[in-house]
Amino acid sequence: MRKMILTTTATIALGALSANAQEVRVYNWSDYIDEDLLDKFEEETGLDLVYDVFDSNEVLETKMLAGGSGYDVVVPSGTFLQRQISAGAFQKLDKSKLPNLDNMWDVVEQRTAQYDPDNAYSINYMWGTTGLGVNVGKVTELLGEDAPIDSWELVFDPENMEKLGDCGVHFLDAPAEMIPAALKYIGEDPDSHDPEVIAKAEEIYAPIRPHIQKFHSSEYINALANGDICVAVGWSGDILQARDRADEADNGVEIAYNAPKEGAQMWFDQMAIPVDAPNPDGAHTFLNFIMDAQNMAAASNYVYYANGNKASQDYLIDDVIGDPAIYPSQEAMDNLFTTTPYPIKVQRVVTRLWTKIKSGT
Amino acid sequence: MRRLILIFVPYLWLLALFLVPFLIVLKISLSDTALAIPPYTPTLDLGAGWQGVKDFLSQLDLENFQFLTTDDLYWKAYLSSLQIAVIATLLTLLVGYPIAYGMANAPDHWRPTLMLLVILPFWTSFLIRVYSWMGILSGEGYLNQFLMWTGLISEPLTILNTPVAVYIGIVYTYLPFMILPIYAALERMDASLLEAAEDLGCSRLQAFWLITIPLSKNGIIAGCFLVFIPTIGEFVIPSLLGGSQTLMIGKVLWEEFFNNRDWPVASAVAVILLLILIIPIILFQRNEQKQREAEG
Repeated sequence: MRKMILTTTATIALGALSANAQEVRVYNWSDYIDEDLLDKFEEETGLDLVYDVFDSNEVLETKMLAGGSGYDVVVPSGTFLQRQISAGAFQKLDKSKLPNLDNMWDVVEQRTAQYDPDNAYSINYMWGTTGLGVNVGKVTELLGEDAPIDSWELVFDPENMEKLGDCGVHFLDAPAEMIPAALKYIGEDPDSHDPEVIAKAEEIYAPIRPHIQKFHSSEYINALANGDICVAVGWSGDILQARDRADEADNGVEIAYNAPKEGAQMWFDQMAIPVDAPNPDGAHTFLNFIMDAQNMAAASNYVYYANGNKASQDYLIDDVIGDPAIYPSQEAMDNLFTTTPYPIKVQRVVTRLWTKIKSGT
Repeated sequence: MRRLILIFVPYLWLLALFLVPFLIVLKISLSDTALAIPPYTPTLDLGAGWQGVKDFLSQLDLENFQFLTTDDLYWKAYLSSLQIAVIATLLTLLVGYPIAYGMANAPDHWRPTLMLLVILPFWTSFLIRVYSWMGILSGEGYLNQFLMWTGLISEPLTILNTPVAVYIGIVYTYLPFMILPIYAALERMDASLLEAAEDLGCSRLQAFWLITIPLSKNGIIAGCFLVFIPTIGEFVIPSLLGGSQTLMIGKVLWEEFFNNRDWPVASAVAVILLLILIIPIILFQRNEQKQREAEG
């Protein structure tokens, strides 16, 4: 009997160590895929799919840098991807296993090459902007019909925030996006790595801080949709999802998304394969599946984010391809900015500043 | 031989689950950050033999601990965590003691049921229970709806994302850890002592104060430790229920680890936190032992 227990335990332990070869483990952002696609993948390939989610780049990055995450496909954003590539966290893609690469959109590939030269380690999954989600009814009630809902003034001008505060304003808990936004508002280079320039963001946040209810990177979807808050500084597709949830609930809440006219940050979420992925073959199969034009279109149609897949555009619904909040016009695209990763010393300055802004200490 | 094994087992447990992890954290706290996997240097290279170990040791230094003294964020966070933990522990005691007292004085056949009710919440995930508090405390939540329905308030109260919500969350979560040791102490108490006190002219309140409280002292102390220690490093409750103005060391540690990717500084913060917790406990136990020796 005792021997049996021992062997059983040993088998379980071994099983946990060497993940099943027929299994693909994907770690993606929360609320970021049409879940029917997951079933479709299993049916088409016969592989088992384990799909986990996260809501911050920092959590993903810590898993990557600790090593042995056990995931086969992960989805960091541009600057985080770039840093993790230099840390040696990813393996180069075997492009011979990815015939659907032909579907990708050169316009996006050029931009992502800034983070991942030649796109050697990653493919674009989705991209979007960081901007303003507004409860139109409540905001116009408080600020009048000409409320600046398409300008950073809405949240960075203390006068507006005083009126909006009680109604609820959420900011992303993502310093790498919220500090560039504040710098853009005062006309500084949003991608500045100069601690003195970065410090100017504090002066912007200090007067509006008392009127910010929460810094959080996923709660605002529900809070906006339920009408709990008036304004959220958040990611384009998340706010559009909030808009749709409010429409479905038919609760009288009308949500609008705008990339501020002063300039908004453009970001790219990239799928990559960890260097120690247990099943790299399965990971390539998954990437190729995602790059299929119809599959990618299904994902975008579901989450309301633009993707880097040219061929998928034929299958996108009008609500997505025709919405300038998702696929901006060329002119609007020129107004978007991107950022590069902070060096470690500057990163510490940024995090410290962010803590100071949030907690007042 | 048997005795040796008996003594050996708890020490082995301490060694494997406390000392070894602590040494790993201590070691990381003495190293430097690096852009690599894992994100610090030096890492111990056993392949290089004794020379490797020597090189490794020579690269360790106290730089990260010095860094902690240069920014007032850290000691403010330690102090604020201490304050929250002390207040929360006292609140838990205030709520928990009457419950334990009631349980100990309940009829015998009720006690197993009452005990079950105290333990029952553990059968649901802690995270889900904290999330449900968000539903109760939010602006449109059940509590506000109920209070507005009764007419006590006309505008919803802002409780979620404030320190009040953090205290509610902590008291709720750790209440069983306070109740159980106090209940254990009270249940063992000899009821005839109270009768004797009343016969000798004590009022019921005096008897409670002079007899029940001192006899349940060990339960109170155990309960307070069980609440205080995890509360001081608490991360989940303040991050879900608290606003960003609630400064706690657990949150600072998270930011060092996740936002700054600075494992060495994060480890230094953790080492200091451990010292803050362990030193008072050791002093306390020493004091207890001295007292016991003096008495016995």
